[in-house]
Amino acid sequence: MKSIIKNIGISLLALLMSHQLLAQQVSKASTGTFALTNATIETVTNGTVKGTLIISDGKIADIGGNLPIPSGATEIDCAGLTIYPGLIDGGTRLGLAEVGSVSLTEDFNEIGDATPQMQALTAVNPNSVAIPVTRVNGVTTVITKPSGGVMPGTASLIHLLGYTPKQMYGDFQAVVINYPSSGRRGRFDRRSDEDIKKAEEKALKKLNDVFDEAYLYHRIDSAAAGKAEMMPDYNPALAALLPVVRKEIPVMVEVNAAKDIQSALRWVEEKDLNVIFTGVAEGWRVADEIAAAKIPVITGPVLSLPTRQSDRYNRAYTNAAALHKAGVKVALRTDDAENVRNLPFNAGFAAAYGMGKEEALKAVTIVPAEIFGLDDQIGSLEKGKIANLFVTDGDPFEPKTQIKHLFISGYNIPLDSRHIRLYNEFLDREPGLSK
Amino acid sequence: MRSIILLLLFGIIASWLPAQEGTLLIKNGTVLTVTNGTLENTDVLVADGKIRRIGKSLSAPAGTLTIDATGQFVMPGIIDAHSHLALDGVNEATNPVTAEVWVGDALDPLDVGIYRALAGGVTASHAMHGSANAIGGQCETIKHRYGVYNPNELRMEGAPRTIKFALGENPMRVHGEGRNIMPRTRMGVEQVFRNAFSEAKVYMAAQEKYEQERRSNANAVPPKYDRRMETLADILRGDIIIHCHSYRADEIAMLMEVCKDFGVDRLCFQHVNEGFKVAPELADFGAGASVFADWWAYKFEVYYSTAYNAAILSKNGVVTSINSDDSELIRHLYHEAAKTQRYGGLSDDEALALITINPAKQLGIAERTGSLEVGKDADIAIFSAHPLSVYAIPQKTIVDGVIRFDIENDPDDMRLDVNPAEDVPAVYLHTEEIDNCMEGVFEQLFMGEK
Repeated sequence: MKSIIKNIGISLLALLMSHQLLAQQVSKASTGTFALTNATIETVTNGTVKGTLIISDGKIADIGGNLPIPSGATEIDCAGLTIYPGLIDGGTRLGLAEVGSVSLTEDFNEIGDATPQMQALTAVNPNSVAIPVTRVNGVTTVITKPSGGVMPGTASLIHLLGYTPKQMYGDFQAVVINYPSSGRRGRFDRRSDEDIKKAEEKALKKLNDVFDEAYLYHRIDSAAAGKAEMMPDYNPALAALLPVVRKEIPVMVEVNAAKDIQSALRWVEEKDLNVIFTGVAEGWRVADEIAAAKIPVITGPVLSLPTRQSDRYNRAYTNAAALHKAGVKVALRTDDAENVRNLPFNAGFAAAYGMGKEEALKAVTIVPAEIFGLDDQIGSLEKGKIANLFVTDGDPFEPKTQIKHLFISGYNIPLDSRHIRLYNEFLDREPGLSK
Repeated sequence: MRSIILLLLFGIIASWLPAQEGTLLIKNGTVLTVTNGTLENTDVLVADGKIRRIGKSLSAPAGTLTIDATGQFVMPGIIDAHSHLALDGVNEATNPVTAEVWVGDALDPLDVGIYRALAGGVTASHAMHGSANAIGGQCETIKHRYGVYNPNELRMEGAPRTIKFALGENPMRVHGEGRNIMPRTRMGVEQVFRNAFSEAKVYMAAQEKYEQERRSNANAVPPKYDRRMETLADILRGDIIIHCHSYRADEIAMLMEVCKDFGVDRLCFQHVNEGFKVAPELADFGAGASVFADWWAYKFEVYYSTAYNAAILSKNGVVTSINSDDSELIRHLYHEAAKTQRYGGLSDDEALALITINPAKQLGIAERTGSLEVGKDADIAIFSAHPLSVYAIPQKTIVDGVIRFDIENDPDDMRLDVNPAEDVPAVYLHTEEIDNCMEGVFEQLFMGEK
């Protein structure tokens, strides 16, 4: 009898759970005041602190050795564990791409060569299956950006929690420019050298034409000073470039081959813009020139092939370190969609190949925060910053390390994703072999 | 000019091969045997390309090349059960069945990708035909003897024959959508196998009939020789291991049923992203599974997959490996294996087995390689730290006792094939979306349409 009741209980539980599985994407996040006690706290900007971190109102309320626990706070014992600031990926398609080969689920490449008015944020799917998959590895914040053409649109910074794009938005935007490339896309790019040169020249002309128009548009718009009859004809692309030519928002210039980097350095100097370089695969070849121009760089993926057959096998692994050593401000990116979760491993490789653990950690926390002008909000564990953080049982770059707790915008997020749910369902499948 | 470059290259190669080829002593490393535990402060003695002794304080004849591995980790050479390295051709996408084709006819020993794989500790790989056809071409197991010019010297002599099969979207897209012939559905894919195996049985019966007839009749006429049928017959006889590109649980179950019906039991699934959903069935059949550590969502049939795949398969008793299918990924399979510790908590030995002894079993070469054991081929990788650590850097990679990668002594430019007309080597940005298993297909099928 007891066993029957027990069985009914288990069946009911199973029914409830299966219902939950069907109805939910992941378990619900919870909010409130939290005290993470007995922790090792890697602040990144102020060394390592042993003690307590208090989260309240979505912010880090306090950090210290011997803090009183606020009344009503949920205490989480972090003995033996380490708290790190949420990792920031400086370039992804997260939320814009769902299934690679199904074009109708891919929202990062609109028609048109120069479409800066296309807003990545608009197309971010907050319910993308890849978002929980990413954040359970400690990545709390990413740049998500459009790609393709000369000027594919405007990238946004998002935090990986929220049910609308607006809830996820993290107060940073940049217009993406793909600087005309002299390189080949890959080994199946079999255009002649001449064709590549023609395409490059055509793209550069397009880019210059758009900017010439944008500066003209800006001058007319400024002169009109809001008077409707003096305003230029509305042009959405040029209107989207107004904040760029007025240096209110930066451009993220994707550029990779050494000679293209040199050309882009001259181009941005001439245009007088707020500039971030992205990609920069051959940055190591011209690192001093980038450093002299004081342009920050977001490079990656670290785990990639060298750009030339003749290059040393580990050039992509060592690129970030070479740039850093030359004095360039370097952040990392995965340039991925579904596998942005590999950001900590990319940082680990950069660390191993010359950057060192400390600088590599900065390259996925405080450095990108500084590049985006958000270092008062994110990128380190400091009082008053947004409570984006995760708790581990070891080095966050080591694959064997487990993430134990995760907070984004002060919400305690259960460590749950479709990948984890499939593990729980299939590790010891029921029914098994016989049914 | 060209001859000067060649001379220089020969010089580099000559300086890079040890005097007594295939003989060396690795001293005082942490030896990860994979099959017999971890041995601290241990030496490995190699002679004539084989592991001769593993133990403490071993000595070797005077003049033997000695590698000081103090503080370093010595593991079996990594084996990739799914690669397209060193191939000039990957897909013969002209028919749903091309069993007669063999990638071994298109080996390219000059592919610098082989060296880059060595720089990631990989000593052998399974150079595979692509996945355009339900029954693709035969594959080749190669050793990474980078530096040889003769394609034959890349082959792992004595390795069993293997063949590529493919399920799901790729053969459906190429033949059903692209050429308007079967298979357009997963139903059609099954029928391609059943038809091919049935035809092969008829072919075998005709051959057998002829063999009997000719004992009594000197004028008996043999059946027409057909290489496609010969190959399929060899699969039915158990002489060829099937390596099948697959993703979804239903299609994986289907091929096991087909194989059972035709008495075929040498089967390894490749990619097999939904293998975890039919892990008990795979274990029961005795089929292998060769998977990615974490690739998913690049197409619809991998959308419902999980990075815990390898762990679930391993824990259910399936012989599981982690492969690359990619010239970038192959360089850090040790790191891919380590991800199974994040996703499923595999032990060090379980994780290392995924890239050593398990792929060796799947390729039928486990007697020769895949672990550090006396008598096996001296295929060895030496790392600066435990290879499952993200901070581990490969130091030396040894194939048949010959050092083929050496972080300290190798020059940056390791090409064997330098185009003298090219002033500056081309820059490749690796931004193409490539499905390596479909390499060559769309040029072949849709040329001129773009």
